[in-house]
Parts: sequence; structure tokens; C-alpha cells
Amino acid sequence: MTPLLTCKEFIAELADFLDEKTDAEIKSKLERHIAECPNCWVICDTTKKTISVYKGMKACSIPDDVHSRLMAAVERKMAAKKA
Amino acid sequence: MILQAAGAGSSGYSPAFVLIPRIEEQEAWENGKSPKMATESVSLAAAAEVPEEVRAELELVNRAREGDATAFSTLIRQYEGKIFRLAMNITQNREDAEDVLQEAFLKAYEHLDQFQGNSKFYTWIVRIAVNQALMKLRKRKTDRTVSLDEQIDTGEDTVVREIAAWDPDPEERFSRDELNAILTEAIDGLTPIYRTVFTLRDVDGLSTEETAEALDLTVPAVKSRLLRARLQLRDKLTRFFKRKGDDAFAYM
Repeated sequence: MTPLLTCKEFIAELADFLDEKTDAEIKSKLERHIAECPNCWVICDTTKKTISVYKGMKACSIPDDVHSRLMAAVERKMAAKKA
Repeated sequence: MILQAAGAGSSGYSPAFVLIPRIEEQEAWENGKSPKMATESVSLAAAAEVPEEVRAELELVNRAREGDATAFSTLIRQYEGKIFRLAMNITQNREDAEDVLQEAFLKAYEHLDQFQGNSKFYTWIVRIAVNQALMKLRKRKTDRTVSLDEQIDTGEDTVVREIAAWDPDPEERFSRDELNAILTEAIDGLTPIYRTVFTLRDVDGLSTEETAEALDLTVPAVKSRLLRARLQLRDKLTRFFKRKGDDAFAYM
């Protein structure tokens, strides 16, 4: 039986684990680790939620004045290019 | 007000997970090793392999190049919100973010010839925007008071400071504005490289490879920064999102 991962090893793999990029063997080791280590389970679960709350953050609709000034700048550029 | 109230109950639980040695590149990155301008053209993929969305954008770019203003406006409308948010996240300053936004689209317009349509327009323009935003940061660094948060590196930035379970849907405790304020404040507390990597990868949804390309970093460098950024944000958000019952003083 393969030895359990340490917490340090678990955290080092966490980003790939959450992105589902780990290969099957490492994945099963990681799953075994969180099944037995409540602290790492919490870290894994809350990091996953961290990513998901940010994913849900909508791109701010751009302020009208910022949009207008951008369009004006681009139009000037286009006019200069044509001239 | 919310920030103060929720921060008051931090339990200070501190198991010492000290992880992953610091990587020297951060210094080089912050000291002016700038990501390349997005000028090189990528190899032309066979037209059949190009996704429909990318092909439609290439069509818009071709029309814009021939002088069709509406086509370029369409591209602006599609991406200005994301570019502005990215610029706000990196520069943390509305005026700088607006400059970055304008410079990114103006430069993109100037260099439309170099967009080959092998990737989404966004992954192309985002490199220009990131580059502009980093230049702003570097310029600002020379004429403002040094921020301790940004300068001091203890090598322990992946220490997990607080371990407390969260509610299943912690964000539902807050209104949208409150949640936005919490999330923005947490991102703003990261160093520039971490907030840039996190924004590109987890907020904008670029792949690790695209993020690496946009920042001119290696894939492993992006991964290690992403891990630290995620862990640091998790730590910051725990103050707000932890399950009420886990805090011995929550009833007070």
C-alpha cells in the first residue's frame, strides 16, 4: 500500500487537483488524503468555493463615461488613419 | 461596516503549513521584465480546426482592418468590460485602468494586421492590456510611498492561517454589492503578480497556457502563483464566509 501524502504534498497538488488536471494515480492519493485529514478537506473545499465565488463575479458593466471616452479615442484614431 | 463586523470574530487558528519555496522570478517580473507585446504572429492553423467563434472574430477583424468602424466597435463592446475589470484589478486605480483600456484598444487597432485568428481576440488583446497595466504599476512604484504589503516577502505566503469550514453557499449571506466589495478587497490585498494571475485564470477564465502566454511566464510559474493566490484569497475570505457556529464568539 502506498504511503499517505503529507499535508504539504497535498497542498502542493491542490491547484491541479481542483482544475482536474492530476493523473488518476495522484488523484486517488489526494482523495485518500482528504478523506482522512479534516484540515486539508476544509482547505480543499473552501479553496474550491473561493474559485467559484470569483467565477460568479460578473464583468462590471463599464461606466458610461469611460465607454464614451474610449469610443471617442478610437474614432480619432480611425480618422487619423484614413487621413 | 460589514468588513469590520465580520472581521471581528477571527479565531486565529494557525496550523503552520509552510509550502513551496519562493520563486525568484517574481522579483524579475516586478522589476521590469515585461511581458512581450503581442506582436508575433502565431502559426496559421488549418481553417477547418478554427472554432466558429474565432472565425467570426477574424471576420470582424478583417472588416475593421478594411476600415469598417462598426466591426471594431463590436469587438470593443464585447471585451471592454473584461479589459476594464482586469485593468482595475491590476492597477487598482480607475484613472490608470481607463488609460490601460484606451491604450489596449488603440494599440490593438494599430496592430490588427498581427491578429491571425488562431486564438480568441481576447487572448490577443489581453496581452497588450496586461503589458500596459504593468507599465503603469512600475511607473507608479517610483513615485509613491512603498507599500509594505507589496515589498515584504517572508517566504511564507502559502501559509494557511485559518482553517474553518464555510457555509455551503456563503455568498448568499451578502447582497451583491457587499459581496463585490468583499471580493474586490480580497483581490486588492494580493501582490500584483498574484492578483494578475488569479484574475486572468480564475476570473476571466483563461487557460493556464493562455495565462502563461499573456504574462510571458512559464506554465509551472503560473501554476505556483495561482496556488498561492487561491490560498491567500481563501484565507482572506474565511473571515466572512466561515460557518457561524464554528466561531465561539459568534453569538456575541
